[in-house]
Amino acid sequence: MSATATDTYLVEARHVKKYFPIRSGLLSRVVGNVKAVDDISFGIREGETFGLVGESGCGKSTLGRVMLNLKSATDGEVIFQGQNIHSANAREMQRLRQEMQIIFQDPMGSLNPRFLVSDLIGEPLKLHRRMSGAEIDERVVQLMELVGLDASRRNRYPHEFSGGQRQRIGIARALALEPKFIVADEAVSALDVSVQSQVLNLMMKLQKELGLTYLFIAHGLNVVRHISTRVGVMYLGKMVEVSPTDDLFAKPLHPYTKVLLSAIPTPGIKKERIILEGDVPSPANPPSGCRFHTRCPYVQDRCRSEEPLLRTVEGDRQVACHFPLI
Amino acid sequence: MTQNLLEVRNLTAGFETENGFVKATDRVSLSLAQGQTLCIVGESGSGKSVTSLAIMRLIDYAGGFIESGEVLFKGENIAGKKQQDMMRIRGSKMAMIFQDPMSALNPVFKVGEQIAESLRTHKKLGEKQAWAKAVDMLRLVGIPSPEMRAHQYPHEMSGGMCQRVVIAMALACDPELIIADEPTTALDVTVQAQILDLLAKLKRELKTSILLITHDMGVAAEIADRIAVMYAGAIVEEGTVDQVFHNPSHPYTVGLLRSIPGLDGERGGELYTIKGTIPSINDLPTGCRFNPRCPHVMDRCLREEPPLMPGKNGQRAACWLEELPKEGA
Repeated sequence: MSATATDTYLVEARHVKKYFPIRSGLLSRVVGNVKAVDDISFGIREGETFGLVGESGCGKSTLGRVMLNLKSATDGEVIFQGQNIHSANAREMQRLRQEMQIIFQDPMGSLNPRFLVSDLIGEPLKLHRRMSGAEIDERVVQLMELVGLDASRRNRYPHEFSGGQRQRIGIARALALEPKFIVADEAVSALDVSVQSQVLNLMMKLQKELGLTYLFIAHGLNVVRHISTRVGVMYLGKMVEVSPTDDLFAKPLHPYTKVLLSAIPTPGIKKERIILEGDVPSPANPPSGCRFHTRCPYVQDRCRSEEPLLRTVEGDRQVACHFPLI
Repeated sequence: MTQNLLEVRNLTAGFETENGFVKATDRVSLSLAQGQTLCIVGESGSGKSVTSLAIMRLIDYAGGFIESGEVLFKGENIAGKKQQDMMRIRGSKMAMIFQDPMSALNPVFKVGEQIAESLRTHKKLGEKQAWAKAVDMLRLVGIPSPEMRAHQYPHEMSGGMCQRVVIAMALACDPELIIADEPTTALDVTVQAQILDLLAKLKRELKTSILLITHDMGVAAEIADRIAVMYAGAIVEEGTVDQVFHNPSHPYTVGLLRSIPGLDGERGGELYTIKGTIPSINDLPTGCRFNPRCPHVMDRCLREEPPLMPGKNGQRAACWLEELPKEGA
């Protein structure tokens, strides 16, 4: 791994692993592990949007949560501003939490239906800041205006808002404590295209104005392309490619990236599609060698036995493949 | 004039609520020729699923009903048919593929059994014949080792595999019409590519007509012959894929297409947005239903509702504009 010394990462994962034990039998003994995140190292630079893509079950959401210490890591470190958040004690973590926030996919599931919107957005302020009720209210109004919500509706319940508006509430809440780093986990995936573009515009505007750093997890590649500075591609718990967005879309290095890009149907463009054979293997029992070798159109003998490591090729690009598509 | 396989005329369907009847579809007219694929695209709440349920007459089970209009299937109006008669048509002459394959399959029956059931019911096949045909169907939709897979339960299969089973089930009795409601939405892109490929193959080989409901313009462009765009319960534009995607003539279609971030060209810039939000179907604006959000709104749009009219480019659009201003925002 050659993360260059000149890189100043706001958040960095170093050999992060997250295994979920599989228990079975009367004594529920551990019979195996689902290796959701398996030895991943990468960094997110200050002020950038790092897009994280991959199919369901590849571990991208788990990685996002481990980056915030919402899930503990089985092994490895996550360094945020020089500090390993997985060894921080509860008090330190409480301070760190103010710097890092998350926006979830389903705005209805992540907003308590029995809270008023003003309480939902104001709750982090109540917990972390010693603010009076009037101060909180003032800040809530400010935040709602910031995300384009009508602040006069702050004393209503989430069900009175549309899907796009609810996602704005989630964003306002995430911004309440002025965080530096935000994980957006499929934040626009549940939205219709016309609403999706509004929320994306908002996220880009906020990044510019507040200097935010995003980890943008999504499976919609066109959306990731639009918003990201760099993109990481995951497959079965591994990071298989990390590249600047333009490079990745112009010339994918990893065969899986290429397949993924070829699979997206786009109105107005007829292109050749690479159809993969078979299904994604189980992360509890990943294939030997390269994890993609069972489905890779360019597989060779070496791929079956030897696991390729993520290595730097061509400047700022990294790929985990013995035979990258250069 | 040759007869269309499916002809929907002025279909108004909806639900009775505390506040009276709510029209989920408003005078929808569609036609689908033999062997063709028609895609209905639109955002959530546009009425595309209700349209498909109404055509299948499954809307009766969803708490709604057809208020007026005709559904001509092979020339016969099925809008008023008894459910008992519909049962003979559904599954044999017309079949449906649903969005979520996991909930469309019964978890306690083997998948082979679930396919064989419709063959026994509709084709009156015997136990053994039906099972053999079920295995054939699994092979047709590209499931490896179908003899073994037929004995498995849905939970033993992946999402993409289950969707193949659902497609096999829909195809089992050689239906002339397949209605697929968001068949790939719950699937990952690489699996979606497999399923779209399969549908295209089936269409080619079996000449089945497909009515596909989707919110994904990319999927529609990939598989459709014709496209109908729905907005707030009505069709606002209808034409061939080329016409609708390359030369859209309704401002809503234009806005929708421009809202999607592309895979080439400029990125990172501000995305186009359609101002405002989709109106509630029980509180539609007077005149054109798109007028509060339309960048080209005129006086006439506020007063009169435009019908679907043939336009210059060959498609039909529900818009009073003679010609769309270029790149107007």
